[in-house]
Amino acid sequence: MEARLRNVLPDQELIRFYEQMFVSREFEERCAEQYTKGHITGFLHLYSGQEAVAVGATAGLHRDDYILSAYREHAQAIVRGVDPKRVMAELFGKATGVCKGKGGSMHLFDPKLNFMGGYAIVGGQFPISVGLAFAARYRGEDRISACFFGDGAVNQGTFHESLNWAQLWQLPVLFICENNYYGIGTEVHRSSALASIHKRTCGYDIPSEKVDGMDVIAVYRAVKYAAEKVRETGRPYFIEATTYRFRGHSMADPAKYRSAAENEMWRARDPLPNYAKGLIEEGIATREALADIEARCRAIVDEAVTFAEESPWPDDGAVWEDIYV
Amino acid sequence: MFEMTYRDALNLALKEEMRRDPSVFVLGEDVALYEGSFKVTRGLLAEFGEERVKDTPISENTIIGVSVGAAMGGLRPVAELMTVNFALLAMDQIVNHMAKIRSMFGGQTFLPMTIRMPGGGGSQLGAQHSQSLETYFMHCPGMYVLYPATPADARGLLKSAIRDNNPVIFLEHELLYNSKGEVPEDPEHIIPIGKADVKRLGDHVTIVAYARMTVLALQVAEELAGEGISCEVVDLRSLAPLDEETILESVRKTGRAVVVEECWRTCGLGGEITSRIYEHCFDLLKAPVERVSGLDVPMPYSRKIEKVCIPQPGTIRQAVTKVMTGKY
Repeated sequence: MEARLRNVLPDQELIRFYEQMFVSREFEERCAEQYTKGHITGFLHLYSGQEAVAVGATAGLHRDDYILSAYREHAQAIVRGVDPKRVMAELFGKATGVCKGKGGSMHLFDPKLNFMGGYAIVGGQFPISVGLAFAARYRGEDRISACFFGDGAVNQGTFHESLNWAQLWQLPVLFICENNYYGIGTEVHRSSALASIHKRTCGYDIPSEKVDGMDVIAVYRAVKYAAEKVRETGRPYFIEATTYRFRGHSMADPAKYRSAAENEMWRARDPLPNYAKGLIEEGIATREALADIEARCRAIVDEAVTFAEESPWPDDGAVWEDIYV
Repeated sequence: MFEMTYRDALNLALKEEMRRDPSVFVLGEDVALYEGSFKVTRGLLAEFGEERVKDTPISENTIIGVSVGAAMGGLRPVAELMTVNFALLAMDQIVNHMAKIRSMFGGQTFLPMTIRMPGGGGSQLGAQHSQSLETYFMHCPGMYVLYPATPADARGLLKSAIRDNNPVIFLEHELLYNSKGEVPEDPEHIIPIGKADVKRLGDHVTIVAYARMTVLALQVAEELAGEGISCEVVDLRSLAPLDEETILESVRKTGRAVVVEECWRTCGLGGEITSRIYEHCFDLLKAPVERVSGLDVPMPYSRKIEKVCIPQPGTIRQAVTKVMTGKY
């Protein structure tokens, strides 16, 4: 059998990908449970199924690179290093949350880790990522701006304005489209005249490629290459990662617009078991070692839930804080 | 003191702040090579170069979004929207992003950015280029709104806006660009945000106004002085935060108030100020508060009828007469 994984990275790193994907999945599934218990309220958009994108892409970036995302961003934050306890506490609306309970699920943010936010207006993060890239260049910093978004965002004005702008000003922005084929309940071919999203960058002369977003190694390789290109040229690059969310758009969506056959087809491509199988087959990890990792991930998420439950609510007076400097 | 125009005072403020702080940069449509539609950015490209004086595409929402990102990344952007009317294309980045980011991210970042927007009516530019949208911005928490009436205030307030660590909407009245006034020589003469200015002392009636309405109110006050009516003119300068104390202090003294706004009357800032006067000074009022506003209509082009829609010295005078005598 051809070794697909071995030598891409040291074994320890490859195993870490599994751990990061597993903790992300576990986190999301526990969020769903906590939502049904009423501990998490408001909007909740879960990432289950798309983990290979966040994990592979984050590994392909430098720690100094900015990451921005939309509102399905728990995994991107956690994989970048935001403490799951503080993310869960944010979802519970507690004062110990990463944004003191003022942001919620859709607005995670941690500038110490260069995680520059989850944005809940579709396409709102595009120009902000361009502005951050400009600031980095202006200040002579060696970093790029990585902007995650969904297939639904590519018909917003800010998408086109920002692609044009990034190329015009020659800014180091890496656009990463997570194409999960649905903007809420509308399939991509019902909203985009050209459904092959990566081709849409030709109007701005931005190089682009499509990658299998269910394959963490493929995403890692593509993003690493693209990020280096962006760093080297100071110009934008575009990746379309095709993926699938196993759940509805949000907890309010039973996803009846998708067929059982389609679900089954994508479930068979679940990035976690497939990657685990590869690790075992290539002798990078044993089933037992992976089981240990899974147990550790469950413990991390358990701890996050306990922390969130036991954390205090914000004081009423907090509503007047942190609006102005 | 220098004598200079409102336009030159703004230009001077930009130059002084760019010299003072290398993190300040200017961006907007036609601001660099063309030196601005109203020439407020004249000479900037020549002095500060391409990286600090940036022409942008006609993408208003993204002009503001890029400014938000740049501010988050450690710069101090001064964006120009060619006119306030085009801010409506940028309301998503202004209201949903700029004004929310500090709060919704739990105070972990701040946005030291300024958006300059020329606006106001009276130049026969038609319905889409003559709006006074100050109330739209005032309504939204998370940003400041400034609107100077004089060259000295224009310079001092713009300097404050650029130095401030909060997002600031900085409105400029298109009909004031050529107005002249004395400006202090001291480059550190800055006007604090949130402080109204009593531009004329008086005893009988308080006229609360801002921007071009202040200029008109001062003309009226001068005329009425000759007729024995002593008007105090409070120039708001800062619409958000609103200097309620200076307004109330003046009304407590005079017992009468006329509030002048260029914007539409319905839900206009005049209604807000009037309400605050009633809340705090009801028992002291000698007459009901009068409001002078822009008419609630899309602005017509023809100069004969455009005038009807914008407060004029005559309408302000009528309102003052009414609060003084109970009749027109």
